[in-house]
Amino acid sequence: MSPDGEGTQETETHHWFDDDAGPVVRPYAMTRGRTTSAAQHRLDLIALVVAEHRSGDPGADQTLSPEHVDIVGLCRASPQSVAELAAELDLPIGVVRVLIGDLVDEELVHVTRPVPPAELPDESILRDVINGLRAL
Amino acid sequence: MIFGRSERGKAPVEPVTLKILVAGGFGVGKTTLVGAVSEIKPLRTEELLSEAGRPLDNTRGVEAKHTTTVAMDFGRITLREDLVLYLFGTPGQDRFWFLWDELATGALGAVVLADTRRLEDCFAAVDYFERRSIPFVVGVNCFDGSARHPADAVRQALDLDPGTPVLMCDAREKETVKEVLIGVVEHAMALGARRRQPATT
Repeated sequence: MSPDGEGTQETETHHWFDDDAGPVVRPYAMTRGRTTSAAQHRLDLIALVVAEHRSGDPGADQTLSPEHVDIVGLCRASPQSVAELAAELDLPIGVVRVLIGDLVDEELVHVTRPVPPAELPDESILRDVINGLRAL
Repeated sequence: MIFGRSERGKAPVEPVTLKILVAGGFGVGKTTLVGAVSEIKPLRTEELLSEAGRPLDNTRGVEAKHTTTVAMDFGRITLREDLVLYLFGTPGQDRFWFLWDELATGALGAVVLADTRRLEDCFAAVDYFERRSIPFVVGVNCFDGSARHPADAVRQALDLDPGTPVLMCDAREKETVKEVLIGVVEHAMALGARRRQPATT
């Protein structure tokens, strides 16, 4: 391959997708075409999703998709941010938001809101952050 | 009834989460910086142009970089059981700016990572944070072999407000990255304190 990474590539036969492209399913098929979930505020990337104690065995709930079940499972181990869930499940953020919205409606998880936008966190929290960074 | 949990209350700790953005031009070392301090290998939320990111980018020249971040890479630092800081690398290309607003919402502050060989690459990021009054510091990534410029020269070249800190760092070195992040939080605190004062104008 030439140093600029091009050249030979064009002559090779390429599939239009490969493993890196992820599953060949349109992502919003998993949300049955929904791009937003009703009555659900826009979830921040660092909002934490926490499994409810009584989430039981979500795998037994036939109304849930495997992705829903995965989310509950991950969150049960420890609270997960929306961004972490998207990365872990390899799904676009928008899809994960809709799925989380479903789970909130089903009361299988709840979401903790991060510090509201446009409001700086408490000064004592900022001091804790500085001290925490120094101690790393 | 579960007895084992009584000493910590009934629910697991739900930490406070905060985020700091890492912006800058294509190939300047944003993911490297995140990786230097993150407790997890930087995660990626939406996919990239070619192979998976490596913890260290080749920084000898931009032409050597074959992949770029088309969505966002992020890392996590658990500062305390109840306090978690996320670092988000912003997309390095202008055509992904639509993701920035979402990232910037609720951010504690930002690092604009600059490469003195290509300072113009971070103009857009500086402009973005200035317009939105998001506290930021400029971190000058001192690559091996890249010319070292005094902070004042960088400040002047970027036309920064006098209060905006300019810090030298090496995006691969945890210690210098820590200092940059501390700089962001301190700057955010200083600005926050100023905003809490009654307006004088």
